[in-house]
Amino acid sequence: MKILMFGWEFPPHISGGLGTACYGLTRGLSEIKDLEVTFVVPKAFGDEEQTAMKLIGANNIPINRKEIFLKEGSKSMDYIEVDSLIVPYVGEEEFWKQKSKKYPRSTRFVETNDGVTVNFSGSYGDGLLQEIKNYGLVAEIIAATTDFDIIHAHDWLAYPAGIAAKQVSGKPLVVHVHATDFDRSGGSVNPNVYSIEREGMEIADKVITVSNLTRDTVINKYGVDPEKVKTVYNAVEPVDDEPGTLPPKGIDEKVVTFLGRVTMQKGPEYFIEAASLVLRKMNNVRFVMAGSGDMLDAMINRTAELGIADKFHFTGFLKGSDVNDLFRMTDVFVMPSVSEPFGIVPLEAMQLKVPVIISNQSGVAEVLENAIKIDFWDTFAMADSIYGILNYASLATYFKEEGKHEVDELRWLDSALKVKNIYDQVLT
Amino acid sequence: MKSICLFFQVHQPFRHRRYRFFDIGNDHYYYDDYSNDAILRKVADKSYLPGNKLLLELIDKLEGKFKVSFSITGTALEQFELYAPEVLDSFRDLAKTGCVEFLSETYSHSLSSLKDENAFKDQVKQHSERIFGLFGQKPRVFRNTEMIYSNEIGELISKMGYTAILTEGAKQVLGWKSPNFVYVNALNPRLKVLMRNFKLSDDLAFRFSNGNWSEFPLTAEKYIGWLNRLDKSEEVVNLFLSYEAFGERQPAESGIFNFLEAFASQVVKSDELKFATPSEVVEKLQPVSVVNVPESISWADEERDLTAWLGNGMQKEAFNKLYELSSRMKRCTDENLLKDWNYLQVSDHFYYMSTKHSLDGNPNRQQNPFDSPYEAFINYMNVLSDFKIRLNAVEPENETESEIAILQRIIQEKDEKLKKLEADLSRLQKPKRPRNPRSKKS
Repeated sequence: MKILMFGWEFPPHISGGLGTACYGLTRGLSEIKDLEVTFVVPKAFGDEEQTAMKLIGANNIPINRKEIFLKEGSKSMDYIEVDSLIVPYVGEEEFWKQKSKKYPRSTRFVETNDGVTVNFSGSYGDGLLQEIKNYGLVAEIIAATTDFDIIHAHDWLAYPAGIAAKQVSGKPLVVHVHATDFDRSGGSVNPNVYSIEREGMEIADKVITVSNLTRDTVINKYGVDPEKVKTVYNAVEPVDDEPGTLPPKGIDEKVVTFLGRVTMQKGPEYFIEAASLVLRKMNNVRFVMAGSGDMLDAMINRTAELGIADKFHFTGFLKGSDVNDLFRMTDVFVMPSVSEPFGIVPLEAMQLKVPVIISNQSGVAEVLENAIKIDFWDTFAMADSIYGILNYASLATYFKEEGKHEVDELRWLDSALKVKNIYDQVLT
Repeated sequence: MKSICLFFQVHQPFRHRRYRFFDIGNDHYYYDDYSNDAILRKVADKSYLPGNKLLLELIDKLEGKFKVSFSITGTALEQFELYAPEVLDSFRDLAKTGCVEFLSETYSHSLSSLKDENAFKDQVKQHSERIFGLFGQKPRVFRNTEMIYSNEIGELISKMGYTAILTEGAKQVLGWKSPNFVYVNALNPRLKVLMRNFKLSDDLAFRFSNGNWSEFPLTAEKYIGWLNRLDKSEEVVNLFLSYEAFGERQPAESGIFNFLEAFASQVVKSDELKFATPSEVVEKLQPVSVVNVPESISWADEERDLTAWLGNGMQKEAFNKLYELSSRMKRCTDENLLKDWNYLQVSDHFYYMSTKHSLDGNPNRQQNPFDSPYEAFINYMNVLSDFKIRLNAVEPENETESEIAILQRIIQEKDEKLKKLEADLSRLQKPKRPRNPRSKKS
């Protein structure tokens, strides 16, 4: 079985959990016999780990691709031009020149680098919608020239690519919902994004969600037939032991950590309120908020207002191995997300034997047994749990040991087998 | 005859390096040596050195009729010693002429006068001792950080034995009154108050080289014309500036040094004007009225208040957390801690955290080493956290901590003893060498 996967980011070039999850799942799938994955991203940097799959960057796909075949036994060359109705152009002037020629009505134009390949940033900046569209165009070409059985698209950024591939090839499409715009925006969804998401889910033959929480959203907010939606939980890659660049812990105080984007979705303000409550009861503890985001300045102001800024520290964004260093200093990890489709970070923390507190509003809460679960808004319960783990050694030891056992059992292979099941259903 | 009272502020902070959370407890060095060195070097070459050279020449040429006063902060003096000792020499040369008065202020240009009487007195004492040690003058006139002043601060200063204080001629306290007279403190009329003429001072400090200014270009003749046109009864014009205005904020190419030279010569020649140091002004002139300043004023921004340093929640939090340590610092004798304590109090740290976005051309604002006030705040609090941990080890905060401190000291002693005994042991265990080295040869 050959899978053509469309994603948006891939380690090490990731900005969040999406890339990590895609990588983990692909690794899991590669362990299954007779399963081959070709993973497409808008921009391949060349340093991605490709042991488990073939990685294609859409930025490397030539438009009007010319394939060269050497006829056996003879020296003459022959090449086939893929018959695509996409006309590449470089810059605006070229566009008008090209456009003034005669083309069939369905012809589309795409701006290219050097008349050959399309430029992708692979990031989340301006011109995102244009990039998504272009990604879809290139996906058509990839679909027309690659051999596969199923298309699998990760999150809305890649849905148009998946749809395009399906339309060209007629092969079934599975979309994988890692998050919806309801999670990202806190309810005030962007209509553009919503319509892309909805179209993807409607055209898909099956929809995979990362938790039942997300499954409910997909069914209730996007009106997708419940029969079509299946939940497959994420897992976690074994964390590497490589030390980062941070110095060892220099204080003999407890450390409580928040790690993630400092945005509304992640609930940083509840963490601060809880910190302030804990600091009223005990003194030998420090709180760390690692990450950046649009709420950072407001959060810094809030710690000043509460008068806890000498015990509450901001580190900014931390890179991969530095995150592990921070976990090694951490006594409690808190993920107070307001809306979290899954949330892999607590699993990483547990691997490094850090007790975790997670919100009931996160998908990962459906999976985990050995974690304290609270409502994100219940700062008293949050403070209580933090205080408990810090002060009652037996509780901390329990979570450290049991949590580690539990999370070691969560393997991507198991998730991959469930995905394989869904493929089988789609193909029969 | 009007007195012209020229006063220059000289200050440099010890800027902190990027001090991250992970440095806390690991690294106790907080300073960005490179920036401190480079900035001081730059300002010294552009402003302090050419400025002092010119002042010395003028004093010499005008036969003692040209007089100025300075307030140099302790941190600036330390930086001269570290990075540009020749600046210190040139100030010493100025002191020897007898035409230069050095005023008293807080050692590290701190805001302690607003919060902590003990810390404030301590800072003032340190500073005036330093000035006496370097220049052989015992300051009698006080100039608080950034001209910060209120009735209470004045009363405190007068209790400490000072005869006069310099401050801003802020509109909100003077109203219709002119700054060009000597005033007295509202609580203790023995303390005289010199009010800065901000219009004439800022003409030099901020507007001199501004081509869009309607009075541009400003010549010494024009400026003296303004002084002559002031009301005949007015007695003193207080021109208080940051010394960097000469050469740094107003570059040498703008002609600011030439202006100063021409201005000084013409004042000395004039029958209407003369130079006087603050002490002379206070001695010779009679005060005309009380000036009531219930709320603190400063020379900063349009508002002339404290909001540049203590305007937002972050600034107040950092300020309060810093002076919480004051009572314990009083007992502390550790030299390094005392030094860092001084540097932590420098008002610039709080200035960097300001969220006011006014563009008044204040020089400090242009030298903010942080991209945002939030970064400045985080960095300062991290440094303060580490400082607190070190202080706790020496001066514990409460009983548990003092117990921990005692235990740690015991552990340390035992460790040392252990080390010593181990050394003894290994020495004794070494195979015995033959007593007589000569026996080896044979």
